[in-house]
Amino acid sequence: MESTYIEAVREALIEEMEADERVFVLGEDIGVYGGAFKVTEGFLDRFGPDRVLDTPIAEGGIIGAAIGASLMGLRPVAEMQFMDFVSCGFDQLTNFAAKCHYRWGAAVPIVVRGPGGGLVGGGPFHSQSVEMYFVNTPGLKVVAPSTATDAKLLLKAAIRDPNPTLFIEHKALYRAPALRETLPGADAVGTIGRAAIRREGDDLAMLSYGAMVHRCLEAAELLEAEGVRARVVDLRTLQPLDDAAILDAARTCGKVMVVHEDTRTGGIAGEITSRINEGAFEYLDGPILRVTSADTPIPYAKPLEAAFFPQVTDILTTARRLAAY
Amino acid sequence: MSVDVIMPQMGESVTEGTITRWLRAVGDEVERDEPIFEISTDKVDAEIPAPEAGVLIEIKVQASETVEVGTVVAVIGAAGDKPAATDAPAPTPSAPPAPKPAPVAAPAPGKPRSEMTAAELRRVRSTPVVRKIAAEHGVDISAIAGTGTDGRVTKKDILAYLDSAPAPATGRVDIGVPSIPVSARPGDKREPMTGIRKATSDNMILSKQYSAHVHTCFEIDYTRVDGLRRKHKARFAERGGKLTFTTFLAKAVIEALKAYPVVNAAHDGQNLVYRGHLNLGVAVALDRGLLVPVIQDADDLSMLGLSKRIADLSTRARSKKLMPQDLDGLSFSITNPGVFGSQWGTPIIPQPTTAILGVGTIEKRVCVHTHNDGTDAMVIRTCGYVTLGFDHRTIDGAVADAFVGHLKNTIETFDESAM
Repeated sequence: MESTYIEAVREALIEEMEADERVFVLGEDIGVYGGAFKVTEGFLDRFGPDRVLDTPIAEGGIIGAAIGASLMGLRPVAEMQFMDFVSCGFDQLTNFAAKCHYRWGAAVPIVVRGPGGGLVGGGPFHSQSVEMYFVNTPGLKVVAPSTATDAKLLLKAAIRDPNPTLFIEHKALYRAPALRETLPGADAVGTIGRAAIRREGDDLAMLSYGAMVHRCLEAAELLEAEGVRARVVDLRTLQPLDDAAILDAARTCGKVMVVHEDTRTGGIAGEITSRINEGAFEYLDGPILRVTSADTPIPYAKPLEAAFFPQVTDILTTARRLAAY
Repeated sequence: MSVDVIMPQMGESVTEGTITRWLRAVGDEVERDEPIFEISTDKVDAEIPAPEAGVLIEIKVQASETVEVGTVVAVIGAAGDKPAATDAPAPTPSAPPAPKPAPVAAPAPGKPRSEMTAAELRRVRSTPVVRKIAAEHGVDISAIAGTGTDGRVTKKDILAYLDSAPAPATGRVDIGVPSIPVSARPGDKREPMTGIRKATSDNMILSKQYSAHVHTCFEIDYTRVDGLRRKHKARFAERGGKLTFTTFLAKAVIEALKAYPVVNAAHDGQNLVYRGHLNLGVAVALDRGLLVPVIQDADDLSMLGLSKRIADLSTRARSKKLMPQDLDGLSFSITNPGVFGSQWGTPIIPQPTTAILGVGTIEKRVCVHTHNDGTDAMVIRTCGYVTLGFDHRTIDGAVADAFVGHLKNTIETFDESAM
């Protein structure tokens, strides 16, 4: 049976909760209502109120409670109704969870998960890419899957990981029919920190993550007809980054572009560009280019939103320029 | 506490090395002096040992990368240290090799780079990978037709150029190595030279151009030393030595060099440099090329010491365990093509030295012996030719012949008390 991305998230939670009684979920409206996106629908009946906690609308409290439970030996998975709201729990994550093991030797095995990203007309408070706040915080891991299989396997890996992990799902991918896949069984677990090559090519490399991986694949397909073979690398994990895969793409292709939905300044493209400069400069056959969102809040109006987020045509334009360079 | 592992200097003029293979992985425990990676340089392929015992916590330079001498290639930490990267052993940025700038013709001669437009710069400087390839092959980027933006030479352009075109030769443009076009015929395969092949190629042509090569050939009667060799072989073996004809030749060469120090000199174009040390190189032929490990201060050694050193260097050359100092300071060399059946050859002088002795096959020959009463007889003797290749700028023929004559006399009347 084929599953959507959101069903994959749900399946990972169910399997981990069944396999390990320390795993429980908490968040806003996740119990009786089943979650704003229905990830946890039926969980309350299945696992009972002790393991499916409806919380007040207070992300600082949710994450704080998760940290406390983890310190007492549990494996909490806290849902952010929209990833945008994680900012209310920023202090708990960056100042407490990220540093707890360093400071006191106490591991904080929590997962903070939820839908990030835009592309669905969500406007400025329900579309943001929050990843870089946390990529910039040593002590946290940041995972952003682009496929149903990865959503399942990497969420299971995040739950089992002893580090506090941000798990950023993409709401535009949740029910995308094209992403339906037959998921691996309950024994399979992913590896955090490894990128995946989604399409082979050696003329140029597109490095991306989340929903933009699919736009890169679409662009790469069109480029093939023009005689340009583009490698598409799905980063999958932003912290830690897969240096080997990034440098290999640069060495093999010589031309690299980074595509992300996050805003331009301070996005992961800057960091990746630096790493390639440091590790593979001699292999470059062109400037490292990026296709990103604009440095503005996210507009609500459809035409403005389309102008804000990278479109396939934007990726194509940059790729053609790079290929011809 | 962690210790940096650096790219060692394998020889005087070697400035960079290529890591050919990592023998240990990140996270492995290593013993002090245990080989942890293999390198290839202009002069030698070698296994490099760990400077300290501990755990290999980081590999900074991956296999097949080339870095300058002194670059930190790995870090060894105390036992129990965690590898730098816990997941994939990510190659961290390595110090880039310093490519020699390719001789690029600027479009406007004399125009400083800061005043050139981006389009002009694209055309003449292209990109890092193109400049690197150009430098490695001694190619002028401006001579290639570019298909990129503003006529920029792309990586594909330069690779196609190298594939099709008048053969590129070598990165050592500084010594003016000539190249000729070799157009590929069906079934041909063009492959780049290995480090050791390229170094040999460059050094041989350099020496042929630099020195006025002359060769002189003598026949030597080894019958006496053959007897001594048989007589003392077992005694040497008991003490860890290996007594061979080469041991006797090395000893005779040392005596001759003491008598004719100019043969141990070098020529810098203006001056003769008389070497203060007698560092004798003995060529070792390997599948991957020729190496000349050096016996430092060979004149300090006894016959036993010489035989041990020659055996040790040759063993380590074969097992890639030579150290930088094993290749340093050559002042005279012996090469022995005779083991392959060659009667005599005309060896090329390794620079910067002034002469080289080539040893031909040693075999039994029928010789004419004149008895004390003046009558002649045919006798069977153990004989072989030796050839001295020498730089006529430094040495005249008479000196060269006197040198080989001295050597011949030492062998034919070898002093057994020196054994």
